[in-house]
Amino acid sequence: MTDTKPILRLDGIVKTFPGVRALDGVSFAVMPGEVHALMGENGAGKSTLMKVLGGIHQPDGGAIYMGDEQVVMSGPLEAKAKGIVFIHQELSLAEELTVAENIYLGELPRKSFGRVDWKTLAEKTNAILKKLRVGFDALTRVGDLSIANQQMVEIARALTVDAKAVIFDEPTASLTDAEKVVLFDVISDLKADGVGIIYISHRMEEIFKITDRISVLRDGQYQGTVATPETDEERVTQMMIGRKLDLTRNASHHELGDVALEVRGLSCGKLYTDISFEVRRGEVVGFYGLVGAGRTEIAETLFGLRDPSAGQILLDGEEVRLNSPVDAIARGISLVPEDRKGQGLVLGMNCRDNMTLPQVDDLTAGPFVAEGAEVAIFDQYRDQLDIRTPGWRARVGNLSGGNQQKIVIGKWLSMHPSLLIVDEPTRGIDVGSKSEIHKLLRGLAAKGYAVMVISSEMPEVLHVSDRIVAMYSGRIMRTFTSDEVTEDSLIQAISGLGGDGKAA
Amino acid sequence: MATLSKQKIGSVLAKQGILIAFAVFIVAFTLANNKFLTVDNVFSVVRSSAILGVMALGVTFVVISGNLDLSVGSMMSFSTIVVLDLHDKIGPFLAIPAMFAMTLCLGAFIGILVGYLRLNSLIVTLGMLSAIHGLTLTYSGGQNMDIADKEGTWFSVFGQGTALGIPVPILIFALLAAVLGLMLSRTPFGRKVYAVGGNGTAATFSGIRRARTVFMCYILSAFCVATAGLIQASRSLGSQNTVGQGLELEVLAAVILGGASLMGGSGTIFKTVIGVLILGFIQNGLLLLGLQFYVQYVVTWVIIILAVWLDIAAKRGRLWSPIA
Repeated sequence: MTDTKPILRLDGIVKTFPGVRALDGVSFAVMPGEVHALMGENGAGKSTLMKVLGGIHQPDGGAIYMGDEQVVMSGPLEAKAKGIVFIHQELSLAEELTVAENIYLGELPRKSFGRVDWKTLAEKTNAILKKLRVGFDALTRVGDLSIANQQMVEIARALTVDAKAVIFDEPTASLTDAEKVVLFDVISDLKADGVGIIYISHRMEEIFKITDRISVLRDGQYQGTVATPETDEERVTQMMIGRKLDLTRNASHHELGDVALEVRGLSCGKLYTDISFEVRRGEVVGFYGLVGAGRTEIAETLFGLRDPSAGQILLDGEEVRLNSPVDAIARGISLVPEDRKGQGLVLGMNCRDNMTLPQVDDLTAGPFVAEGAEVAIFDQYRDQLDIRTPGWRARVGNLSGGNQQKIVIGKWLSMHPSLLIVDEPTRGIDVGSKSEIHKLLRGLAAKGYAVMVISSEMPEVLHVSDRIVAMYSGRIMRTFTSDEVTEDSLIQAISGLGGDGKAA
Repeated sequence: MATLSKQKIGSVLAKQGILIAFAVFIVAFTLANNKFLTVDNVFSVVRSSAILGVMALGVTFVVISGNLDLSVGSMMSFSTIVVLDLHDKIGPFLAIPAMFAMTLCLGAFIGILVGYLRLNSLIVTLGMLSAIHGLTLTYSGGQNMDIADKEGTWFSVFGQGTALGIPVPILIFALLAAVLGLMLSRTPFGRKVYAVGGNGTAATFSGIRRARTVFMCYILSAFCVATAGLIQASRSLGSQNTVGQGLELEVLAAVILGGASLMGGSGTIFKTVIGVLILGFIQNGLLLLGLQFYVQYVVTWVIIILAVWLDIAAKRGRLWSPIA
């Protein structure tokens, strides 16, 4: 591609909200056939910029050009009509409808008397699906598809219009590695057709694999654009957070204490089978595997949310039955769940109330909640975890992802658990907060906490764990110490190759 | 400092909209009719709102927990009929606790269905609206219920008495509002109600017994209904089987007018009280203006739609926001 004219150009875009200058003179251009990464920490202004581009927000200054022509995006429909297509991180599909109906929703092909032309619909849809090489057809009900395949439907939807620019917003957040490959193929097909692509992601390895150039935002300000082959992770990170990131691997081993948790032959239906492991005080045990390997289900069992069909759970050497989260919490188990917004927080509640929720029954003065004691707890963990909020009265829903996660972590640390389980602790969190949370987890182990970390990100597991349990399809394939683990052996283990377990 | 920005005015309106609307109504009606803002009239409005208000206090808990209670109207008829019947059979001393016990059983039944069996509260309480009405008619044999000796019973004190110059129904309403207001805003139970309604899954993940919390909200609601039934019975000392009919919608209207979200997780007792008073003053004001009482059904509805609309518009930042 040697085209010199950008397909889409943003020039000096300014957008202010009450009290915040969300975008401050942002300019960048996307060439036809280019994959252009847009990076920045949470709150840097990426979403606002995309909303301006999609016509959801009107800019207070600056202009958008397509080709040579200045355009005004008056709304999402207008943006789509101009060939700008968004693939959102959060899916917006009607689960009860078929794939075809979802893809052509609002523009179903018609016959006489306004009847839907089902035959044409199916044909057109299957043609697109074929391009995407997916394993389902036009008449499949969307609700029956996996999340990854639902994402493919979103992408298929984008392909129905004559797209000039496609914006992918964290498209791989819920995809497995195999599914990512398909997605990347689709992106390179679009690229070959001369479509301009804006790719938003926190995942560095993807960015360096598929993008041509990288533009970085920080605090609403444009930090510059670099050609991907001419830069590296460290430099991009530095642009994003304005300082260097400590990427040295943690090799510190401290004294391990007693066994806090022992699991023997635990099974739960088809979700996982014959799981045995132990976690000592002062130890971080990482659980690595693909989505659906059964890791979250084990955590939920240990937190009393699922009944195991066989096996034993021993806490401090004593066998326990955990029938509900209430039991688990009483036994000193804490779970920082996978889905921060859905399971971890009451978004409409303030920071303090969220943090003290599990112990609100115990924080009383007479019949009332002892608000002073609550504020004291909040202050303590705000300082310890460096939570940035305007105050405890701020609604949790208004905080950034990283600070929200710290509220959830603070909530469980304040329970002084003997076993802390963290499921995907840094999902959707920016690089800076990520390393802070990693440091925090190591620090907790050093203080004598027994910690289980479930993660789908290999660097994260490698970074925080003393030992790593590799899972595949509901079974433990192998357990590594941090000294012996290599990236290759880990990938083999979670793919069901090698290891000592039997793949189902 | 003196200049308020447009944004600030917007956010004040959004937060205090209900109080501002209340003030506007009062001023407008006062200007339109000089009898409106008199002690007598205010007392009469509050007294006639007390039954609705007491019921709305309980329903506030249910709504904040993310559920509905459409059965309160027919449950109130049930309480009224039962206590009037028992008054002559076992005397008021025993009739009152017996009626409370029976009403709480109905609340517990709903609480089990919605809380522990996780059935949809709209379906359950809509069904109970009808079922309890049937129960009441079965109990009374379809007859009106009257106390034989209307002059000679102290039972009338709850509906007709005054203490310190204030009508007893108002005192009961105020006392209950204060106690339940503190319970909702200051106790661990209140906190859990907000959490369960705000995000039930997160509440479960925080070790809150969700079913028990919902169950307790329906018990509270039934307690409030029983109290309302007591006031109603005591005020009239006789009653039809349909005395509470339609009240469930007015109660819900007052709670929503107060700004509680039907999605759960928000609302306060104070705001519900304001909602009840607005509803009462509007209906009274319309009568004073010489309109037929049935006009109020339409006007009430219009006001509720306006309230919900303005509330949503303030949150969205614009009045007109079509779905697509």
